[in-house]
Amino acid sequence: MALIEIDNLSVTFTAQGRHVRAVEGVSLSVPARESYGLVGESGSGKSTILRAICGLAPVSAGTIRIGGEVLRHDKAFVRRVQMVFQDPYASLHPRHTLDRTLSEPLAIHGLGDADRRVMQALEAVGLPTSFRFRYPHQLSGGQRQRVAIARALMLEPEIVLLDEPTSALDASVQAEVLNLLSRLRDERGLTFLMVSHDLAVIDHMCDRVLVMQHGRAVEELTRDALAGAQMKTDYARSLFEASADRMMG
Amino acid sequence: MTLTEWLRDPNPASRRQARLGQAWLAWLRLKRNPLAMAGLAIIVLLLVLAAFAPVLATHDPIAQNLQNRLQPPGSPGHWLGTDDFGRDIWSRIVYGARITLSVIALVAVTAPVLGLIIGTVAGYFGGWVDAVLMRVTDIFLAFPRLILALALVAVLGPGIENAVLAIALTAWPPYARVARAETLTVRNSDYIAAVRLQGAGPVRIIWGHIMPMCLPSVIIRVTLDMAGVILIAAGLGFLGLGAQPPLSEWGLMISAGRKYLFEQWWVATMPGLAIFIVSLGFNLLGDGLRDVLDPRSAGK
Repeated sequence: MALIEIDNLSVTFTAQGRHVRAVEGVSLSVPARESYGLVGESGSGKSTILRAICGLAPVSAGTIRIGGEVLRHDKAFVRRVQMVFQDPYASLHPRHTLDRTLSEPLAIHGLGDADRRVMQALEAVGLPTSFRFRYPHQLSGGQRQRVAIARALMLEPEIVLLDEPTSALDASVQAEVLNLLSRLRDERGLTFLMVSHDLAVIDHMCDRVLVMQHGRAVEELTRDALAGAQMKTDYARSLFEASADRMMG
Repeated sequence: MTLTEWLRDPNPASRRQARLGQAWLAWLRLKRNPLAMAGLAIIVLLLVLAAFAPVLATHDPIAQNLQNRLQPPGSPGHWLGTDDFGRDIWSRIVYGARITLSVIALVAVTAPVLGLIIGTVAGYFGGWVDAVLMRVTDIFLAFPRLILALALVAVLGPGIENAVLAIALTAWPPYARVARAETLTVRNSDYIAAVRLQGAGPVRIIWGHIMPMCLPSVIIRVTLDMAGVILIAAGLGFLGLGAQPPLSEWGLMISAGRKYLFEQWWVATMPGLAIFIVSLGFNLLGDGLRDVLDPRSAGK
């Protein structure tokens, strides 16, 4: 049984009487410990799927199941599913120290031993423990994204949703963060659902990928099919060709 | 390790050290602004006046001496002159600083807190909560503040406590507006979404995550409004609805002096100058704080 099952999902935003269908009839399933990619250009609805899972976007049709259960946004859910946001400059509270940011989820869920857990979390993402009481503005973009990853892992979730976790970082830092994510997935047996517009990143990280365009699923590819350029649709091929030179390396 | 090294340590060892380090940096930024420092000096002076009033005053502020009434400034023993009951104006101003300061302190701890709560709740929840709270705010804003305060004091009875209450009840709407505007800019940010995704409830989000972002603009607004609060307190005193004689409240002193404004100008002018200087001090400090505390300029 798949850990994440999305069946015929539609998301419709309504503003001032106008309806915008951001996602239409998308289905996918991700088994436990798999890394699944969503790829597409801006506005293709890939981030909206993640937001719908988190309850941050209105689901108008279809179902989302986590571990066979229909999605409920309660405290049990947030301990299973966490998210890393795209922009590390916007996803950390500017007036909270790293210590506060990382110990907040522990306080919410009444988990003790905050000192040890915060130190462990910093070490796990490769940050010096002396950074514990720094503010976000005292860190670089890559370091901030490491903090955001540490925060997502504080509640020891099974599933981590990654919303373009490296697109706000420059190339060398991107590779470091992607390697960190791969290592954490291996160590902790995490399931990733990752959004990117960059097939090179997806190729590096994901076992399977769903290509999306205009809110609809275009084609699902395995890593082998991606590496062998065996696309059936023209859109997936054009997306592949746009980033092929970087995937070969 | 010296104190400044401890404060500037890039790797603080505790939350307290981190917070004090940030405060120290803010202080250094404030210190670069000479006008703000002048404002701060005036406010410190007011604090000293109020704290050491019995030492600094040369006379009993309510002791009357009718033989010595309406002495001009510079007369022996009364360097700011005396009023129509022969009371020393300097001593009355010094004791009046206590009343002014307590009015400011009481208003500063009540009105902004009320405004902050109403504004953040309205901004965070939106919908009908926002509509109801903001229409109430609009109604309060539509009244001229002094008139509303007058009406409240007229109902509650004159006196300094009721004046403070009336001022606090009329002063909160601007803070609610400011707090709501700030809340609207941060409520959809990723860091709020992140903490919501960790299961935080509305109280935790508003108190721990949204209010700290609203606080700087509210503090700036409070400092800038303090001049207005002093003027309203003085205005109520002037109209006989604030502090009651023989208390030496500055507005009351101006009111007593208006009968002699043309012949014995100092009776009304001296407390007027005191109000002017203290108001100026708060305005200068508020402008400086804006540069220091504004989240858009801080931390860069």
